[in-house]
Amino acid sequence: MKFTLSWLKEHLDTKATLAEVRDTLTMLGLEVEGITNPAEALKGFVVGYVVEAIQHPNADRLRVCKVDTGTGTIVQVVCGAPNARAGMKGIFAPPGSYIPGTDLHLKVGKIRGEESNGMLCSSRELQLGDDHSGIIDLAPEAVIGQPAAEALGLDDAVIEIKVTPNRGDCLGVHGIARDLAAAGLGTLKLVKADAVEGGYASPIKWTHGYEAKPDSPCPIVVGRHFRGIKNGPSPDWLQRRLKAIGLRPISALVDITNLVTFDLNRPLHVFDAGKLAGDLVMRQAREGEQILALDGKTYTLDPTISVIADSKGVHGVGGIMGGEDTGVRDDTTEVFLEAAYFQPIGIAASGRKLGILSDARYRNERGIDPESCLWGAEVATRLILELCGGEASEITRSGVMPNWQRSFTLRPDRVKTLTGIDVPGADTASILGKLGFKVDGQGPWTAAVPSWRPDIVGEADLVEEVTRVWGFDKIPTTSLPRLSATSKPVRDPIQRRVPQARRALGARGMNEAVTWSFLPYKKAERFGGGQPDLRLLNSIDATLDTMRPSILPNLIEAATRNEARGLSDPALFEVGPQYKDASPTGQRTVAAGLRHNMAVPRNWAGPARTVDAFDAKADALAVLASIGAPVENMSAQAGAPDWYHPGRSGAIKLGDRVMAHFGELHPEITAAADLKGPVAAFEVFLDAPPPPKAKATKARPKLVLSAFQPVERDFAFLVDAAIEAEKIARAARNADKALIAGARVFDLYAGKGVPEGKKSIAIAVTLQPVERTLTDAEIEAVSTKIVAAVVKATGAVLRG
Amino acid sequence: MSDLSTIRSEALEAVSAAADLTALEAARVAVLGKKGSVTGLMKTLGAMAPEQRKEFGAKVNELKGEVEAALEARKSTLGASALEARLAAEKIDVSLPTRPAREGTLHPIGQVMDELGVIFGEMGFTWADGPDIEDDWHNFTALNIPPDHPARQMQDTFYLPPRADGTPVVLRTHTSPVQARTMLSKDVQKMLAAGGSLRIIVPGRTFRIDSDATHTPMFHQVEGLVIDRTTHMGHLKGCLVDFCRAFFEVDDLPLRFRPSYFPFTEPSAEVDIGCSWKDGELKIGAGDSWLEILGSGMVHPNVIRNCGLDPAVYQGFAFGMGIDRIAMLKYGIPDLRSFFDADLRWLRHYGFSALEAVR
Repeated sequence: MKFTLSWLKEHLDTKATLAEVRDTLTMLGLEVEGITNPAEALKGFVVGYVVEAIQHPNADRLRVCKVDTGTGTIVQVVCGAPNARAGMKGIFAPPGSYIPGTDLHLKVGKIRGEESNGMLCSSRELQLGDDHSGIIDLAPEAVIGQPAAEALGLDDAVIEIKVTPNRGDCLGVHGIARDLAAAGLGTLKLVKADAVEGGYASPIKWTHGYEAKPDSPCPIVVGRHFRGIKNGPSPDWLQRRLKAIGLRPISALVDITNLVTFDLNRPLHVFDAGKLAGDLVMRQAREGEQILALDGKTYTLDPTISVIADSKGVHGVGGIMGGEDTGVRDDTTEVFLEAAYFQPIGIAASGRKLGILSDARYRNERGIDPESCLWGAEVATRLILELCGGEASEITRSGVMPNWQRSFTLRPDRVKTLTGIDVPGADTASILGKLGFKVDGQGPWTAAVPSWRPDIVGEADLVEEVTRVWGFDKIPTTSLPRLSATSKPVRDPIQRRVPQARRALGARGMNEAVTWSFLPYKKAERFGGGQPDLRLLNSIDATLDTMRPSILPNLIEAATRNEARGLSDPALFEVGPQYKDASPTGQRTVAAGLRHNMAVPRNWAGPARTVDAFDAKADALAVLASIGAPVENMSAQAGAPDWYHPGRSGAIKLGDRVMAHFGELHPEITAAADLKGPVAAFEVFLDAPPPPKAKATKARPKLVLSAFQPVERDFAFLVDAAIEAEKIARAARNADKALIAGARVFDLYAGKGVPEGKKSIAIAVTLQPVERTLTDAEIEAVSTKIVAAVVKATGAVLRG
Repeated sequence: MSDLSTIRSEALEAVSAAADLTALEAARVAVLGKKGSVTGLMKTLGAMAPEQRKEFGAKVNELKGEVEAALEARKSTLGASALEARLAAEKIDVSLPTRPAREGTLHPIGQVMDELGVIFGEMGFTWADGPDIEDDWHNFTALNIPPDHPARQMQDTFYLPPRADGTPVVLRTHTSPVQARTMLSKDVQKMLAAGGSLRIIVPGRTFRIDSDATHTPMFHQVEGLVIDRTTHMGHLKGCLVDFCRAFFEVDDLPLRFRPSYFPFTEPSAEVDIGCSWKDGELKIGAGDSWLEILGSGMVHPNVIRNCGLDPAVYQGFAFGMGIDRIAMLKYGIPDLRSFFDADLRWLRHYGFSALEAVR
């Protein structure tokens, strides 16, 4: 919402400076977004009087002018404007001025041999308008040497404020002035809106197409007929006011409706009465009805939309935009004025449906003052008669006034208990009074809400009114009282898994990324997703149209992007959500990551190596360990979703429950992503490991240390190639639980010396005696048990 | 006697002539070995008369001691030079690089979430989560944004297909639905009834249809909510002043509370922090400019009522702040879109060490 300082002063009697107005507006909740003054750009430009204008001796189209600029000396200016003539007053730019329209700095120079000391400017050169047919021709009253901004009436700051959706009343300058007056910045001036008596009965009457009730789409509409009027350009002051806030003057009648809209937040419409057929009816559109609106576009309507129609057709979309065919022209002599109140929700819905943005819609959908139908029509009448002459009819109206009257009680302590500020009772009542509330009582107060404040719906709103006018800066700064002497952990043990996983993976040299929660449908489908309930109905584009079933596709895409930028061997991870359905429980928190190509790059100290499934397995296990999951009880088995390499991937399980997937990505996926070399990826489901038991004690079990040296024995077995190594180690471990502390695979061999379809696996078993050092015979006995257990479990043969 | 002195000089000569430990051992054997020269002298003692044996024996023992000391001294000298030679041979080029190792980094969003957790945790808040995919009741209706309220359009919401019962499903446009989910919880209501104070922060993902230089369709917010019987706007101010000063690490950071409007709070305030611009660089702290960083207010009585609590008894405040935004401000990150691009150069430059302690 834009307005000028002088415009504001039409409504506010004040001595406040621009800075005071600015600061007060912001602290009232009418945030100032910017202040500009066109005079800034016109500094140095003055009114110049052309004393003499003679033909340039060397150029047909140029004149040599002698200009009096009010400094006592007469300067010579070469001018090409056809309207340059002796006796005129124009805007003179001295040498050194910046001419905004041409983006040039003026210099003293010679034009075709004649010296030129400055220039006389056109509207376009000063960016005041489009006119470049000649230089600005000021009225004879202009004072020689007067600053140009003053002479042009432009020395007026333009203030732009952000009006929050609840404050429709401040979409008119009068409403803004009311707030400032309440805040002590002056006195609000009254709007002259008493009834103008009509001279004849309106030949056009308002009717409703339905029985109008207070909650009808349009409860009330008011109108008036004018005859013998003369349209045409509006006076300078009005044009200047509209131009200052970025509106284009059109004609006196249209400019009047715009003025009342921005001045009083009262949208109006004028019809060319000569083009209307009979009475006007406010009704809902019929299915498929069409209108050519003032914006030159044709809209197809439906019964949810309010329209204004006569016996021939629709001439306006109610509260949003009038029709082209019945709009006023310069030669219009009879008009019909419309001022109506519409339900804001209906206007918002219709405006959205039709896609029309207009100043009327903007205001009507926020809720205007319903009473303004009556007084707004009178204000407009006065302006029309004043600027266009003619005669006004009696008022015609249809419908009933909506029930805007309501009151709320404000308890005396409520401002204090809700905001912490002590506002004296008298000030509380006075603030509400200045804002237009009718206040009764000495506290508690009963405040009757003014018709222009539909946003006030309860006591808390009254508290806000008092507080914002009294000053938010007076709210005390009170630290929250402590709930306990020491603070508790902010995250619970399950929530803590996120930072734990992040830190574990960061410590393993991976870079954390954050990627979109959505991805293209095709990718979702390939990664087990794309269910209909996870597809966005209104995505920005097809690359972001489905909720991700896995984090990996986004990381794969990120890896490709990095490789394309020459950043090789990315190792990326993300800890975030993935979605299996749209229910509140369909979202899981997952730590997913990938490593591309080289695990160990070329280096002088050892061999290079590419990534493989075991890098991913190590990452997954590290995450599980970091979140305190019982990794020692988990087993890794073949079997991962089909985005992994079927032979080089697996699941880490606790019993039957899957904790993580890991492995090389399917070559088809890496190829599609244009990634050369293997990709090792993992997905750890952070919510899968069971929550730690809420134990009464944090004490660990007793640590038992043996006094005797552990013994390590190696065994090599020949087994079928399909037998899982972990099976052998587990069988060995379980052969004598009391004595065996661990079994670890340390060698794997297949090839020469090993029969086809077999492999050799070597394990190191650690024996930990508890009571005394083991004798050779005892070691021998355990070894026999280990071999027997492995042979039984796997069909292996001990290698000699 | 001349025999003794000859043996002595020969023995000492052999010891000092030994060039390495092997030669020294040979010299030892030649003197003190079974057939050694000094050992030979010892053997002659048995045949001597007691008087003579005593005198000569003492001399031979003295000689033996002298040779042993010489051997020891020589051995230590030779050992030291052998070690020296070995060390010289083992020299490496320390300018060679270390074995390749990756340096991981953590994303600024997670870092800032951790920092939020520390500061608000200190003030007695706990962390609350909620689903990204919400129904419109939790995202809008419960928060005093009824159907057809312009705010529903104002927020440009992503919609998913409605549930079987027709309930519209949205991607949450703010973290505020977790306010409703938390207040509606039976445990929380019991705690409040017993006179407790609810204090939660809700950091998480949020979504709006917006994509340009300064907006991304997904971004991060932190919601704060305090509900009890006495918390007022002064506490809101105190809490946010305390937070902003701790987070931006500026002890005297000025804050400005301006009236504003949100459907779910009344009164509502937008909060600015003090700052200044110099040569296009932003400095947070006392200065001549203000920078808006969050929206806040007293929870609207309708919201409290919608969440099953009596607004005549309970009151409190709520605020919502952009995590990405405060990360950008604190760490001087210029571009929002780059947060979600996973460019390794960006991750390494703006990322944090996994081992960096969150203060």
